[in-house]
This record gives sequence, structure tokens and C-alpha cells, in this order.
Amino acid sequence: MRAVVTVTGSDRRGIIAKVSCFLAEKNVNIEDISQTILGDKFAMIMMVETSESKEDIAKLAKDCEEMGRSIGMSVRLQHEDIFNAMHNI
Amino acid sequence: MFNKFDVLETIDMIEKEHLDIRTVTMGISLLPCIRESAEKTASAVYDRVCGKAKDLVKTAEALSAEYGIPIVNKRVSVTPVSLVTAAFPEQSALVGMALDKAASELGIDFLGGYSALVHKGTADYEEAFLRTIPQTLAQTQRLCSSVNVGSSKSGINMDAVKQMGEIICQTAKLTGKEDGKGCAKLVVFCNAVEDNPFMAGAFHGAGEADTVINVGVSGPGVVQHALKFIPDADLTDAAETIKRTAFKITRAGQLIAKEAAKRLNARFGIVDLSLAPTPARGDSVAHILEELGLEVVGGHGTTAALAMLNDAVKKGGVMASSRVGGLSGAFIPVSEDIGMIESAEAGKITIDKLEAMTCVCSVGLDMIAIPGDTPPTTVSAIIADEAAIGMVNNKTTAVRVIPAYGKKVGDQVSFGGLLGRAPVMPVHTGDASKFIGRGGSIPAPIHSFKN
Repeated sequence: MRAVVTVTGSDRRGIIAKVSCFLAEKNVNIEDISQTILGDKFAMIMMVETSESKEDIAKLAKDCEEMGRSIGMSVRLQHEDIFNAMHNI
Repeated sequence: MFNKFDVLETIDMIEKEHLDIRTVTMGISLLPCIRESAEKTASAVYDRVCGKAKDLVKTAEALSAEYGIPIVNKRVSVTPVSLVTAAFPEQSALVGMALDKAASELGIDFLGGYSALVHKGTADYEEAFLRTIPQTLAQTQRLCSSVNVGSSKSGINMDAVKQMGEIICQTAKLTGKEDGKGCAKLVVFCNAVEDNPFMAGAFHGAGEADTVINVGVSGPGVVQHALKFIPDADLTDAAETIKRTAFKITRAGQLIAKEAAKRLNARFGIVDLSLAPTPARGDSVAHILEELGLEVVGGHGTTAALAMLNDAVKKGGVMASSRVGGLSGAFIPVSEDIGMIESAEAGKITIDKLEAMTCVCSVGLDMIAIPGDTPPTTVSAIIADEAAIGMVNNKTTAVRVIPAYGKKVGDQVSFGGLLGRAPVMPVHTGDASKFIGRGGSIPAPIHSFKN
């Protein structure tokens, strides 16, 4: 199942490393990454594949949120279909 | 494929602009629950509702976690109870209590369907049922009631209009300690729809499938935010922006509705496109109208702005969903919209302007507190006016007014939560009792004969 991970917050060193490490531990494969800096705001978007993870997407989303809090960033994992629905005809 | 700006736009809509799924409502037919006594029927109703909806809250919470979009309310609507208790209408409250207990057991905030459809005439069993409404609403917490008193096809049942004025006033008195909260759970309709997911007017129509999922979307804040970016655009462009925004909001609703129906083993019913405000700042329909250039909602220009908003929401939403229904438009409940509350408190919006606004939006006079000493015949006359607008214009109209027992103009009622607060607004004092006392029915308009 494909999901989208978004990481937003103030820019600092090591964000990508921390998030990728966390996803690797959960057996979530990163397929694509893009990042933008808007002023001092950091925004990273990852396309990930969760089908090899033992955890379901709701649990992964909760874990991501908690991990985000521990590094002072906002981290969300959402099923890709919410974006497909809202932005594709 | 979506791009990174699309992703960030969605995140902002959810986190900063109050985008949410306002309600996932499961419609359940109660017709298989009719037994030989009220007690056995009530027991069967309780079992059926608890059985059918046992996973409703859990499923909605799982969907919310997976898709990262809040689902604010989980609700149930049922077949109009007057049909289920037709053999023992005086004991309808037993079924009402069973439904309230089921709602509590399921962990849902409201359950709708303590209802009767009397638009062409009131049967004896329906009249007896209607008399049970005030006491039942006073004794329950989550049960909602609605009565359809007119339609474009059948005209307006003025005997029912008269009775509903009395019922609203009785309900206000019985729940006077809670500012007449019972009346916040009671709606009088013209042209009621059978698939409305929003409360207090939701019921599961007799023509519906056994179990159905209807979803109501929301997002006044998203529309207001989109308009902020085009402060100098002309109204053609503003309408286009609203339409595009409504499309995106509705697509989220359609996704949740289809997925919820699949997981709950129910049919996907409809997506209701309504823009539903809450008392929270940044979640107001009134503020959209003000964003369009009005100093304050309720002034001249309000009806035109609302007409444009309502139409643009429908056009965007219809394109986004395979099945659209319910009320689908902009809601203008006074107590549930911070912009409306502030305008009413400042005396900038009147009941007459609200009535005019209901000609062009999806519902009617909604969540309006009126003086506690308003005669029942005046409440009936308010209902009659609103029903006439619905009947002639082939649209749903509703009245949900709260006579604030023991309070007068300028006092405030407060219900808390989504139901909000409102100042008591003045109503006209001219006597309508002779007109209401005539009874009978107002015939359907000539343009309703389409066969």
C-alpha cells in the first residue's frame, strides 16, 4: 500500500536521516523524496510503500506522529488515496 | 499524479483551515423491527441498531487515521419512528428511549429519526405520535426528531403546522432549564429529504436500502481561505474558486463514504455537499460572505452573496461525487456559526433577512433563539412562511427555532459544543392566530403538476 509521508517544521540538520532511519526500522520502503525550504520552513514529502511493514497504516501514522514530536517536527503518514482523490479528476 | 504542492495544500486545509468530514451517518431501516407490542418493538429496534452500527465508530476512527483527515461525528439515522409504532403510537416514547440508549451504547453523539411525514395529511396514529415528541425529547439526550409538514407536490398541511407550533413551545418549556435544548433537536421541514446525514433532521427514508452510509463534508474555512488569495477578483472568478475548492472537499468525502460503506457492509448512499459551520473561529459560512466583500452578514447583498456561494458549492460538488444528495448547500444556523452569532449580537441580522436567505440556500431558519413568550401560533406562522418558500421554490426548507423559556430579546441561550450559543432575536408581534386557526391545507402550486 502506498502512502505519503510529509515532514514540516523549522529547518535543521539531520531531519532526512532521522525520518529515513525510522521508516527503515518499520520496514517501510521510500520510493521518492522531494523537499522544499520556504523561508525557514522545511517541507519534505516522501512516497513510501508500506506493504512489507508488519504494522497497518493507521498504526504507522500514529508512530510517525509520535516520532515527529520527539524531533520537534510535524510528521504525518497518510494513505495516498486522499491526495489522489482531492487532486486528480 | 499529485505533486508536492497538492500534498501541502491538503495538509494546510486539514491543519489550518478546519477541513474535515463532518459526519459519517449510517441509515438503518427499522421496518423489520415491527412487533406486536411497543416493548418488543423497542427491544428489536435496540438490537438492530446496536448490531448494524456496532463497528461504525471504530471504522470511522480507522479511516480517519489512515487518510489523515478528521471525521468529526459518527451518527445513525433510522426509519421515521411513526411508521414503526403505528399500531401503538401513544407508546412511541419506548422506541425513542431504546434508540437513545443505543446511541449511547454506540458512542455516537446524535441519532435521528424520531420523525413523521405528514405533508399531505396527519393520520390518527401520526397525530398521537406527534404528541409524544416534547416529553420524549425532554427525557433523551441524543435522539433527534423531525416532522415534514409540506411538499411542492402535496402542498402544506396547515393542521400539522398548527400542531408543530404547540409542540415546539411545549418542548421549549419542558427543556427550559437547558435553554430549550429539546428544540435544538427538533426540525420542521418542507420537502424533507430521505438521505440527509446532518442532524437534527436526518431520517432514513422508506425508499432507502436496508443499511446505507451517507457522508456530510464540511470546510467553510477552506473556502474562506481560498477567497483570501483573490481579494480583488470579480465575482465570476470568485465563484470559480469556490467551485474548485468545493470539488476538492467533496472528493475527500466521496473517498471516505465509499470506503466506509465497503468496510461496514452497507451501501454507499450519498455525499451531502453542505458547507456546515461550527462555532469555532475559521469555520464560518458568514465569514465567507464577508470575505466576498460584505461588511457584515445580514446587510444588503447578503442574499446575493449566499446565492452565489450555494450554487458554486453545488457545481463543484456534483462533479466530484458519483452520488450527491441530502441538503447539499450552505447552512446558516445562527447559534452554530461564529460570524452569525456576532452579527446577531450586534443586531445586524434579523429574522426577516434570515428568511430571505433561506430562499437561496439549502435549509431554513436554523438554530434561532426567539423570546420565550412567543405564542405557539406565531411559531406556526414562522413555520408556514418557511414551508411556503420551500413549496413554491421546489427546495427543502426547515425551521429549528428555540423559544427561550423565561428569556426575552437580548438575553442569550447557550447549548455548548457544536450547538453553540445565540442571542434571543425579536420576532414580529402581529397576531397570526386566526390564520393558523383556520387549519386545512395550502394547495400545491400549479407548477408542481408535472406528470
